[in-house]
Amino acid sequence: MIGMGAKLRERDAPAGDLRLANLTKRFGIFTAVDDLSLTIPQGSFFALLGSSGCGKTTTLRMIAGLEEPTSGQVLLGARDVTRLRPYKRPVNTVFQSYALFPHLDVHQNVAFGLRRRGKRSTDDDVMGMLELVQLRDYARHYPAQLSGGQQQRVALVRALVNHPQVLLLDEPLGALDLKLRRQMQIELKRIQTEVGITFVHVTHDQEEAMTMADTVAVMNAGRIEQLGAPAELYEFPATAFVANFLGQSNLLAAEAAGPAGSDVPVTAHGARFSVPADRARSDRGAVYLGVRPEKLHLVGSAAQVPSGHQHVEGVVTDASYVGVSTQYLVRTGWGSEISAFTANSGTGGQHPVGTPVVAHWDPRHAFLLPREPGQDDRTTPLLDEPVGAPS
Amino acid sequence: MSALAHVPTPSGPAAPAPPPRRGRHRLLPYLLLLPGAAWLFVFFAVPLLQLAAASLYDPSGSLSTGYALTWAFSNYPDALQAYWPQFARSFGYAGIALVLALLLGYPLAYAIAQKAGRWKNLLLVCVVAPMFTSFLVRTLAWKTILSDNGWFVGLLRDVHLLAPDGRLLATPFAVILGLTYNFLPFLVLPLYASLERLDHRLLEAAGDLYANPVQTFRRVTLPLSMPGLIAGTLLFFIPATGDYINAELLGTPNEYMIGNVIDSAFLVRLDYPQGAALSFLLMAAILAVVFGYLRRAGTEEVL
Repeated sequence: MIGMGAKLRERDAPAGDLRLANLTKRFGIFTAVDDLSLTIPQGSFFALLGSSGCGKTTTLRMIAGLEEPTSGQVLLGARDVTRLRPYKRPVNTVFQSYALFPHLDVHQNVAFGLRRRGKRSTDDDVMGMLELVQLRDYARHYPAQLSGGQQQRVALVRALVNHPQVLLLDEPLGALDLKLRRQMQIELKRIQTEVGITFVHVTHDQEEAMTMADTVAVMNAGRIEQLGAPAELYEFPATAFVANFLGQSNLLAAEAAGPAGSDVPVTAHGARFSVPADRARSDRGAVYLGVRPEKLHLVGSAAQVPSGHQHVEGVVTDASYVGVSTQYLVRTGWGSEISAFTANSGTGGQHPVGTPVVAHWDPRHAFLLPREPGQDDRTTPLLDEPVGAPS
Repeated sequence: MSALAHVPTPSGPAAPAPPPRRGRHRLLPYLLLLPGAAWLFVFFAVPLLQLAAASLYDPSGSLSTGYALTWAFSNYPDALQAYWPQFARSFGYAGIALVLALLLGYPLAYAIAQKAGRWKNLLLVCVVAPMFTSFLVRTLAWKTILSDNGWFVGLLRDVHLLAPDGRLLATPFAVILGLTYNFLPFLVLPLYASLERLDHRLLEAAGDLYANPVQTFRRVTLPLSMPGLIAGTLLFFIPATGDYINAELLGTPNEYMIGNVIDSAFLVRLDYPQGAALSFLLMAAILAVVFGYLRRAGTEEVL
């Protein structure tokens, strides 16, 4: 399979990066995509992450040619494909609804693209692809006879078999149940590594984006808020939106007065804290002091706080046991509720509701973000569904 | 983070399915069928048998002398020999009208179903609206439109599409035009129903998979509209083949179709055996055409 990947790369030789230049799409007065520019390197797995209505699907449709940009360009390598009709683009899409042709069987569905490009014998390619997703025995089944997961795999290979320069995935895993989704995520990642085609994956599921993509772009209101490797986005978000869209964050309203040495001292609710200067997106004026819930540790008294750690005191108002971890809500002295996740690794005791606790963290895990003056703390409540699910 | 999604949800034991109902509930579907079945029996099956009997009457009988059932199977070849041109004309005219109606109706149904947006309902009403007037009145209206002194013929003569003494009325053209017009809604409505269900995303998918608009139509739109297309062509072709009003009002005896012959056999010449034999021949011919068509359309390879 690895060998096959290498062969494909050879065949697609004069390839290139996918570039979007000042891409804008307006529907009436609504701007769906706002002056978007980005470069997606060839062969990478790129995720466009955002909530519904953020413009991610519109962006994808403009790359596919199903939507015409109001302004801006779509470039494949050196070639401007902005005005090219979809059927002339070396780009294929795995649709959210799969859009399998109900009157054609699996084999005919997968062969559709090859046939349209005039390929006479498609059987080897089609069966090879079906082998890849373990659907060889289903070649003569019709889409209606397949399960959701099988349909999804057919939709995937129907696009892949054409060896497009770019494969677009429009929330293709959205309709699958959790277990199947995890399975398909691993499968997709494996296939992408094997075939070496550029994948652009649109999703609202932050976990999906993080597990699969090399690079994630978080979109909000038609713009990219932050772009980077998943760990980078999670560990050091650029904006409050990203900090709360990708997982949860405790964001405390703070004031900073510029860096002092290698640290940025801040004042939040009368207490003084500091953050390393290289963890500050903003070091002056209104800022958010951010700490991820799993980076907060709970102890019974201030005396137990390790040296070098910073802390706030509070009272446990809620404790949710979810197996791998316990998720606490701690009400601070100034009334905000911050969340702290502690792993149930057998070390450290439980903190019943009502007990006073001290939440401490390593300053190197904190970060500073710009804040609109007047904005208060932003701490997210515990959710029992994946963060970022569509509203 | 994934732990958040694994919070167990409560689930109770499934309630056992209720036992299937017995007794009169099982008879209910048949009871509901009864009125329709009785109606069909009295007004379709019995007259059909009567007609079958009449087609085998002694052809020398008459209304005044009475008819005798002599199993005169020769009525069939005799009728066919006498009126085969009208038979051929019926299928020819209906066939040409069908082709014209498809050329008009498919784009129309497609436009209403896929492109009309909020005008959809209004356009559908426009398709059905002519049916609010009588079939006869509509056909008579065409007689006026196509008349030798009418503006339409005048216009065609002025632009030399028609010779100065050329005419439209009382020609095969007028009859075919009438058939096309009168039965068009029967073709458009089922087609519309099929095309309306057509998922637009499938057309996008076809375009994404390198199908140009023509290929998208041939490989996706057309096969998926087949049920409506088959129903529509049958609903058009069957009544059009048996029609006699259009030939009667817009044509001359030279354009008469088999319907006109049957009409006159029963109501003018009072030759019941021949009328009945022609009726059965028409029925058999239509059934043969329909079955042949369905066999082909049903097994046609779509890719």
